[in-house]
Amino acid sequence: MIETDKKKCLRCSACVGVCPQSALTLREHGIECDGEKCNNCRICLNFCPVGAIRMVEK
Amino acid sequence: MNIEREYDIIVIGAGPGGSGAALAAAKKGMKVLLLEKRQEIGAPKRCAEGLSMSAMGRMGIERDDLWIRREIIGATIYAPNGEHIGVDYKDGPEGYILERKVFDKCLAEKAAGLGAKVLAKAEVTRLLKEDGKVCGVEVEFEGEKKEIKAKIVIAADGVESKIAREAGLDTTLKLVDIASGAQFEMTNVDIDPDRIEMYFGNDIAPGGYVWIFPKGENIANIGIGVRKPYAKEKAIDYLKRFIESRSGLKKGSIIEVNSGGVPVGGLMENMVTDNLIVVGDAAHQANPIHGGGMGEAWVGGRIAGEMAAEAIKANDLSKKFLGKYNKLWWEKRGNKLQKLVKLREVMESFSDEDLNWLVDYLKGEDLIEFARSSGFGKFAKILMKKPKLIKLARKLL
Repeated sequence: MIETDKKKCLRCSACVGVCPQSALTLREHGIECDGEKCNNCRICLNFCPVGAIRMVEK
Repeated sequence: MNIEREYDIIVIGAGPGGSGAALAAAKKGMKVLLLEKRQEIGAPKRCAEGLSMSAMGRMGIERDDLWIRREIIGATIYAPNGEHIGVDYKDGPEGYILERKVFDKCLAEKAAGLGAKVLAKAEVTRLLKEDGKVCGVEVEFEGEKKEIKAKIVIAADGVESKIAREAGLDTTLKLVDIASGAQFEMTNVDIDPDRIEMYFGNDIAPGGYVWIFPKGENIANIGIGVRKPYAKEKAIDYLKRFIESRSGLKKGSIIEVNSGGVPVGGLMENMVTDNLIVVGDAAHQANPIHGGGMGEAWVGGRIAGEMAAEAIKANDLSKKFLGKYNKLWWEKRGNKLQKLVKLREVMESFSDEDLNWLVDYLKGEDLIEFARSSGFGKFAKILMKKPKLIKLARKLL
């Protein structure tokens, strides 16, 4: 699954829009990833305009 | 806050799409609730803030000095080699650069003025369903979750489009149909204060372009959209490199940082299901060439709001009845935008050398004609002059 770097993330939700699994949600504190839905496809990581996303172990 | 337990229509998202929908439905006498998850409508912007006169004409709104930052009289388009074509419109301004957070609030105010109830910092946490059909929303406001019923829900929740997906409509965009955007609002920069500038090139902005949209004498939104099938790096890195390479920009100060995803394709044949309609960026209603979406969202929203009211009056909230919205939107905007998707596909096949040739060959008047005409015949004819481009030109005919 993914994690966002809160210092880089602008909370623009672009990653939410491209996630084919609907695994991401924008919350007050940043992007939340549903580990059950995420299939580690990295699309959001590649798409993020500011490079705020990284992969983490479930 | 006197929020009631039931409304005719709940609209999710108070951007231009949501406000347009709320306004149109309220105008038809519907009881409407317009919800915005952010604490301030219109902020932070995910937009270059340009609105053309033609888009404003389609929206059917009057200009208001409250939200206009700058009148634009033309555009300059730069080829990868730095050569450029200028287009100046002779008969008055061709567009405006807005202050989105004022503009969006004014649009929401218009909806509220017609009787819609508007509420900011109210986040929809899920859709309510009854027998598998949408019948309202659960909304979190001031730390408390409340269930509010509605006959129809209009999803104007932006490019993230969570609501439509929850209702079973697949709105996920293919990477080729969404641009990754980053932008700095910069002051103390040397710019052309009267014209927008667009820079093309496969090293500058692969699959997209860099824009400079002036908001004043020395202040501008300087941004970029790139597409991931083509771009090797992050949007913001391309943008930083562009700014660093220009002394007139490099010396400036950054007063706001923005990012976002911009739909540039993936137009949806079906944007409804029982009791639910999708509008704006959530339904990919944006211009596939330049990515502009304010006018498109407002028009889509207006049609959706009217259709929702009609459905409620006819007591038929089915997918079939609401499907009239698909038909109306495609007639009004979809078919035109679909042609532009084709043009985008042709343009993204251009090499830097092709782009240099094109900018060298084209004249400003040609561009005005392209922008105003609905067909691409003339453009195709020009492309045919270069043997390498004949195949691409044919795609436009």
